[in-house]
Amino acid sequence: MKPFRYVRAHSVEEATAAHAGRAASRYLGGGTNLVDLMKLGVERPETLIDVSRLDLDGVEEFSDGSVRLGATVRNSDLAAHPLIRGRYPVLSQALLSGASGQLRNAATTGGNLLQRTRCPYFQDLGKPCNKREPGSGCGARDGVSRDHAVLGHSAQCVATHPSDMAVALAALDAQVELRGPQGPRTLPAAEFHRLPGDRPDRDTELDHGELITGVVLPSSAAGLPSAYRKVRDRASYAFALASVAVVLGVEDTRVRTVRIAFGGLAHRPWRALRAEEALVGQEPTDEAFLRAIDTELSEAEPLRDNAFKVPLARNIACDLLRHLAAAPAAPTS
Amino acid sequence: MGTDVFHSEVPMTVNGSGHSPVVDHRSTLLDVLREQMDLTGAKKGCDHGQCGACTVLVDGRRVNSCLVLAVSLEGCAITTVEGLRDADGEGLHPLQRAFIERDAFQCGYCTPGQLCSAVGALAEAEAGHPSHVTGPDTAADAPVRLTKEEIRERLSGNLCRCGAYPHIVEAVEDVTRAEPVGQDRSGQDADGTHGTQDEVDA
Repeated sequence: MKPFRYVRAHSVEEATAAHAGRAASRYLGGGTNLVDLMKLGVERPETLIDVSRLDLDGVEEFSDGSVRLGATVRNSDLAAHPLIRGRYPVLSQALLSGASGQLRNAATTGGNLLQRTRCPYFQDLGKPCNKREPGSGCGARDGVSRDHAVLGHSAQCVATHPSDMAVALAALDAQVELRGPQGPRTLPAAEFHRLPGDRPDRDTELDHGELITGVVLPSSAAGLPSAYRKVRDRASYAFALASVAVVLGVEDTRVRTVRIAFGGLAHRPWRALRAEEALVGQEPTDEAFLRAIDTELSEAEPLRDNAFKVPLARNIACDLLRHLAAAPAAPTS
Repeated sequence: MGTDVFHSEVPMTVNGSGHSPVVDHRSTLLDVLREQMDLTGAKKGCDHGQCGACTVLVDGRRVNSCLVLAVSLEGCAITTVEGLRDADGEGLHPLQRAFIERDAFQCGYCTPGQLCSAVGALAEAEAGHPSHVTGPDTAADAPVRLTKEEIRERLSGNLCRCGAYPHIVEAVEDVTRAEPVGQDRSGQDADGTHGTQDEVDA
């Protein structure tokens, strides 16, 4: 590992100022991914700016019913928070389905969003990878591709985003709050991560030096039935082969609100907008669910090793939709 | 070794005693414990946060010490397996006794991590933290009862290549049935806070 300078930031302003003008600076949150990537030589920062003790570790409710998650709230604390468990169960479940108890105790909200793909070609300096080293090629596309993308991939990159939390945030229409040298701005969680295209080195829409300060959950999804389902190779402590987050509101036997996001299928959480559009106003029947999900997944382009992900994603999505259609609404307060 | 732009002095409490090691910024907590403090209980298994053999408690919370940079721990209270004690502060922690009674290890390499992880997991359950297998209707503000399924899920971040899992689960289950569970010697303030931190190297 290369030697680096370490700066502890005491305020958001101090953090962004310390970052400004330093190309090889990185913000340090829980470190569970960044420190690992530094050991592997994938990340080689010259300066680490520790933002883990910034005063951003609260979960607060606003008068309009929305809830703000601070960027440094630890994943375990967020999953256990009564507001999250009660009103946004999909988020609590997604967090608890990821990583281990030790990692969730360290990982932060902001860091979880910024974790990088676990594509083994990305993590291995001896292999080509356009994400790690633009122009070097993609080892995965014609290599071992069982864990890779089936939707939205490009000739340059077939990596998947590993976060479970981000999938739930995409389904909740969450907003990501950013602060950079140019001031604050907000991005929808579903658009925060990018598809690879010809710039797979860019995971997100974040500009260099911008800091995630928080995530806002809108009141619109609060209390609606929601859940997260994940399929993985082990019963616990493994990344998703496929996962799905669903928020479903049914009134008078019609689907009023539905939001579906897939994990493990693409370079970013895959918001299933076409399936949602097909379901709104329909009766929540098995046939309607299957038709809608098939519409979404019809554009899948599996690689050599991962065609199984398409029926897997279809099955867990339809099953979860059926389950939620039969569930009573959660309390809103 | 003195402080410079790549090295800092980091005051911290380890197993109840104050220390101020000068650390290379690249050093993980695991490396500082093992190489600078002769606390070799926490083990370097994978060094990538995948096996849990390095698990220690920081301010009472279990973490993978191989992924924590020591320089980030100013003012923190660390407890390693060497610092586990019973409620009187003298004998073995009840989990350590249960591991012996249940024969919950074979080679023992993962055991310090299993123990620290179990101490942390019991505290999390006591605080009402849910797990992936906790039912959605479980009260948010009450301790979670640890079934075998809960214990397996909560300790999934600790691998045992000897496969002693059944006995590990039984040992932890024994302790969940017999309170109090003892203490760690973190020296942590009652409210879980730690002292103010100065910028180490601006």
